[in-house]
Amino acid sequence: MLEIEIDGKKLTAPQGSTVMEAAHSIGTYIPHFCYHKKLSIAANCRMCLVEVEKAPKPLPACATPVTDGMKIHTHSDLAKKAQAGVMEFLLINHPLDCPICDQGGECQLQDIAVGYGNGASRYQEEKRAVPGKDMGPLVSAEEMSRCIHCTRCVRFTEEIGGFQEIGMAHRGEFSEILPFLGKTVNSEISGNVIDLCPVGALTSKPYRYSTRAWELSRRKSVSPHDGLGANLIVQVKHNEVMRVLPLENEEINECWLADRDRFSYQGLNSDARLKTPKIKFDGRWHDTDWETALAYVVKGLNGVSADHGKDAIGFLTSPHSTTEELYLAQKLARAFGINNIDYRSARSDFRADAAKQGAEWLGSSIVELAAAKSVLVIGSSLRSEQPLLASRIRQASKKGMALNIIHVADDELLMNVHAKLIASPLALVNAVAQVLKAVVAIKGGDSTLDLAQVDVSAQAQAIADSLCAGETARIVLGAVAQHHPAYSELLALTQEIARISGAGFGVLSEAANSVGAELVGAWAQGGMSAGEMIASPRKAYVLLNTEPEFDGYNSAASVAAMKQAATVIALTAYQSEGLLDYADVLLPIAPFSETAGSFINMEGRLQAFNGVTKPQGEARPAWKVLRVLGNMLSLDGFGFNSAEEVRSELLAKGDIAQRLNNSLSSIAANTAAKAGVVRVGEVPVYSTDAICRHAPALQATALAAAPVARIAADVFAAAGLAEGELALVKQGGATLRVPAHLDASLPAGVVRLAVARAETAMLGGMFDTIEIERG
Amino acid sequence: MLSAESLASIDREVAKYPADQKRSAVMAALRIALTERREQGQTPEARCLTPEVIEYVANYLEIAPVAAYEVATFYNMYDMKPVGKYKITVCTNLPCALSGGVSAAKYLSEKLGIAIGETTADGKYTLLEGECMGACGDAPVLLVNNHKMCSHMSPAAIDQKLAELE
Amino acid sequence: MAIFKSGVIFEGVDTQDENAWRLAAYEARGGYVALRKILAAQMPQDEVIAEVKNSGLRGRGGAGFPTGLKWSFMPRSFPGDKYVVCNTDEGEPGTFKDRDILRYNPHALIEGMIIAGYAMGTRAGYNYIHGEIFEAYEQFEAALDEARAAGLLGQNILGTGFNFELYAAHGYGAYICGEETALLESLEGKKGQPRFKPPFPASYGLYGKPTTINNTESFASVPFIIKDGAQKFLEAGKPNNGGTKLFSVSGHVNRPGNYEVPLGTPFTELLEMAGGMRDGKKLKAVIPGGSSAPVLPAEIMLGVTMDYDSISKAGSMLGSGAVIVMNEDVCMVRALERLAYFYHEESCGQCTPCREGTGWLYRIIHRILNGEGRPGDLELLDSVGNNMAGRTICALADAAVFPVRSFTKHFRHEFEYLIEHGKPLVDHKWC
Ligand SMILES: Cc1cc2nc3c(=O)[nH]c(=O)nc-3n(C[C@H](O)[C@H](O)[C@H](O)COP(=O)(O)O)c2cc1C
Ligand code: SF4
Ligand code: FES
Repeated sequence: MLEIEIDGKKLTAPQGSTVMEAAHSIGTYIPHFCYHKKLSIAANCRMCLVEVEKAPKPLPACATPVTDGMKIHTHSDLAKKAQAGVMEFLLINHPLDCPICDQGGECQLQDIAVGYGNGASRYQEEKRAVPGKDMGPLVSAEEMSRCIHCTRCVRFTEEIGGFQEIGMAHRGEFSEILPFLGKTVNSEISGNVIDLCPVGALTSKPYRYSTRAWELSRRKSVSPHDGLGANLIVQVKHNEVMRVLPLENEEINECWLADRDRFSYQGLNSDARLKTPKIKFDGRWHDTDWETALAYVVKGLNGVSADHGKDAIGFLTSPHSTTEELYLAQKLARAFGINNIDYRSARSDFRADAAKQGAEWLGSSIVELAAAKSVLVIGSSLRSEQPLLASRIRQASKKGMALNIIHVADDELLMNVHAKLIASPLALVNAVAQVLKAVVAIKGGDSTLDLAQVDVSAQAQAIADSLCAGETARIVLGAVAQHHPAYSELLALTQEIARISGAGFGVLSEAANSVGAELVGAWAQGGMSAGEMIASPRKAYVLLNTEPEFDGYNSAASVAAMKQAATVIALTAYQSEGLLDYADVLLPIAPFSETAGSFINMEGRLQAFNGVTKPQGEARPAWKVLRVLGNMLSLDGFGFNSAEEVRSELLAKGDIAQRLNNSLSSIAANTAAKAGVVRVGEVPVYSTDAICRHAPALQATALAAAPVARIAADVFAAAGLAEGELALVKQGGATLRVPAHLDASLPAGVVRLAVARAETAMLGGMFDTIEIERG
Repeated sequence: MLSAESLASIDREVAKYPADQKRSAVMAALRIALTERREQGQTPEARCLTPEVIEYVANYLEIAPVAAYEVATFYNMYDMKPVGKYKITVCTNLPCALSGGVSAAKYLSEKLGIAIGETTADGKYTLLEGECMGACGDAPVLLVNNHKMCSHMSPAAIDQKLAELE
Repeated sequence: MAIFKSGVIFEGVDTQDENAWRLAAYEARGGYVALRKILAAQMPQDEVIAEVKNSGLRGRGGAGFPTGLKWSFMPRSFPGDKYVVCNTDEGEPGTFKDRDILRYNPHALIEGMIIAGYAMGTRAGYNYIHGEIFEAYEQFEAALDEARAAGLLGQNILGTGFNFELYAAHGYGAYICGEETALLESLEGKKGQPRFKPPFPASYGLYGKPTTINNTESFASVPFIIKDGAQKFLEAGKPNNGGTKLFSVSGHVNRPGNYEVPLGTPFTELLEMAGGMRDGKKLKAVIPGGSSAPVLPAEIMLGVTMDYDSISKAGSMLGSGAVIVMNEDVCMVRALERLAYFYHEESCGQCTPCREGTGWLYRIIHRILNGEGRPGDLELLDSVGNNMAGRTICALADAAVFPVRSFTKHFRHEFEYLIEHGKPLVDHKWC
């Protein structure tokens, strides 16, 4: 520790820290623009100049390391003069358009100019004008004359995003911030540059010109998308969500948001929102009131139950719903006598259910995962499934984490990968088994699984070596693994690898409340799983926040099951085309922003929130709808007055941490690799849930482009396809014509074609066999 | 997009640097690409660096296209705008100006009938003003097509040079 | 090209001989004797560095930092890669000496760099060459090939087990790459934007590895120091100013060119060597150390000797040794405007004061020159300059300010006259 003095205050600072960091540690503010704690030091804006005794000239606090005995003055005449001088330079070419600037009221330049500037301008020459740039549908770069060249955006894309998408071209006064000509900024976390830009040069395109910052109220919330549980500041005006910003939480999202978290709010204000209850009769939809609609639901459930028995009814729920909603949904189903309830519509393998000993989770905190020396990610398209976690792992891999990958495609992760094993879904189990076999050989343990027919590849060996060498190693299974038809086997093998190597293991919860859904029992305990409910269609379905054609493992089969049912009751925030087609009752429920509730993130952390606006139209929080239904069905225990009361009841069932457990009590796996042509059908990053599916700006991004078939070289050649031409795809009796693209990153036998898109909804299972020919 | 010969030249540049520092060759690679375009290009547009060429070079060296674009625009010998068959850059910095640099530029401008920064209508000549070329002792100096330095360019020497370029 | 023949670098070089640059000619002049001596004797690294220290060699790139001292900063026991880098990005207006070293005596530089590599325990070096002298770059590559073929470069040099590789790289039109850390960035394939220091290149240089950067002339002086001894080099100049120095004399003289003379030579002698004032005109002013050095009026200049200390005492800098001579026909406002344009054009753009200030300075001076000066403009120039100098990552901002300060100090009346009358006091003629 070094002893230093800032403005007469004595303090100690660690060796290697900067004057800026030392000042922050005692709450002393030093004006700055280019400095950002999460980015490399550029020291280019020169705003943070301070006086250091014995130094001949003022020094930039952001870049100057502290030395023992250093005496720093942040407000001395010399410091103030230097700061005012820099401020003047920053303003001479900056347009004075604060009244029309989106950043007005929350502009660092404006704020600091008031505190450190000089007043009237001495610059009498012509100001420069910089043409606007096109950065895509999310980030506006129209007003580049406002740019002060701090290069935070450039450094963000390169360092945090992993790929430099923004540059500063030309030089000197002619320097311009821009994306590569003709390209937009396509990172899944691009919106952070809006927060980073200290002026109004980069702004939010969807938000632009909609309100002034000071008209907005700020409310805390939690992202409803992936399992990270990013903390949000939701900004509201006139009961409408206008903007979403990150709420800093170092343990979860740091100071960042994924674009999905930031821009999905547009979906909350979508025209497709369901605003009144609707009933279908005479082949037509009719708006109705809640009383009528709920009476209809009660009649329907009682009718089906009387005619076909309770087992003829299935509940499909969503891991994007709140803990309280999911708790009440399963409570209602079970109290009514229905055990067929599941939140896992996207899964296809439920064989491990009987051996479960607790709820699946990450197996550690997010911070612990990032601190592991060696990590193996199995079956995850990390950047689209978990954009922010991917960024965190990217930072960790720069600091020396050995990242290992087993996956069905060689995705560009924009980070250092230590070893990777890319295999067709048909060979995925075998791939994981290879690592197990290598681990067994290294550690000299014994596995109960039969590994006789497994050959260890060099990559598997490298992964095993890495896991066994790291002081702390962790293995996580992503959404591709979880949706995979052999998930139970992948989990079993992972458990074995972990047991023998000493690594920790867990799953990357795909949705905001996957852990919560499992903890409250919204899954097939004693009843049918989501897969069985589709495979053996029920007479009636109750859908909570679920659109089976997008959320199901097999969209064609899911839709067929819905269509054959006597009644489909949907609690939904949107009147989507599918629901309008096969449902009979639509009950408008509130999305996360309009209800109190909680999500439990992948690390088992319960994060409660309140509604940030009132429900739109006649929409009601689902927990209230379920409570009323419980009462109308004359079920006991539905007397809740608030979401908090629901929460207390569910939390009383036991401590969350005690109930998280990834281990299976018995395991099995068939480790032979199979041959054939299979689909890799993943949920695109902006198709994960109804809210982002209804967010126009997200849907306009390159990441949400219309699906194409990406085809492994062998399949491509066998079908005699030409690049870009239409291919005829066949799955489960359905056909589709889509553009075909050769993709060298895919293992043999693979056709990658997204699910959860209207364009592909007629097709079958995510990882099922598929045929492709010239079409 | 680039000839095998150019790619071989780029490979030779890459070999000068550590294996994980291919990026170091970007300056030379852009120069090689530009030289090929200058030699092959039939129109002013075909003689300069385009986003496609820059992206190609970036991909070849496995760097972000915008990073290569930053480099191409930072160093002012890379032609980013259409350029004549002969690009003539005259040094008019102070030391050269004291020994005829400005007069040489003026003479060329009159003789070619174009202002500094312009290209003749037939696409043959582009006249530019340059900063110090490190040859002030030989003033007036000019560069033809970036690489050929011509010293002591009195009006007579300029006439002769232009005749050679015909 | 006029060259003084009893110097350190050009001793014995026949600039009329088109093969003067070749290995054979260099060896005939006593080239590579120093390297052979070191390798044969397995001279300890410390001894080589001590010799350079004792020679009093000060960096010829501009700052005049003692070269031996700089070499001693390299962590010699550092296990990983280390580099020596030569700065031939000669772009400082008025400087053209390094080009002549490459043209006529490239092996002196190559030998100097190999010795430097030996002394600092580095395996590889780069010479970064100004893009505009592309022909010199190509010839330097040919010289490297010669050295490689002769076993003087590469693996197992001269069979002694010593390995050292040297490569040429080139710039492509950016003055700022003469600044050593901008040069490193450029060598790494990036824009030439200087790095904040600390850390200094000796601990964090090329690719983040310890690196020593010297000017071409500095490296090219080393073989002489090793061969003939530090003392002889020191004696060629004067105390604290060891050796001879190349002066690039340009402007209004009869024989512009490079003159290698002992440090301490009176300016009047240098002027005479350069053939005196062209057309018999009167000397008005001299920039004695490249365009970034403060200008000095004739009366001061005529009393100085050409060495670091004397010129510094006179209020300027020896800098890179570029002597820009101006006669009585020069309007100092116009001369300054041209220099201000240069710095405005060449600012890399990262630091706010430099990016914005160089343009501001240029526009004010341009306005004054065009007869649109306003009262207070000189004070404004002064104040803008004060807000730039010492407030940026590298010294380019200072380099832009020094001429403004010195021109408006020594020739203030010309500026005042133009502001007041809208037309210049001196009827300007470039030549
Ligand atoms: C703007 C600027 C331009 C420079 N240009 C050159 C140059 O062209 N050549 C050079 O050798 N040094 C130049 N320098 C100085 C270098 O940064 C560095 O000090 C020098 O190369 C060190 O070599 P030396 O110790 O042998 O002098 C420049 C410095 C600045 C700030
Ligand atoms: S560069 Fe500037 S703001 Fe940026 S932090 Fe430093 S000096 Fe400060
Ligand atoms: S000033 Fe013209 S080459 Fe130096």
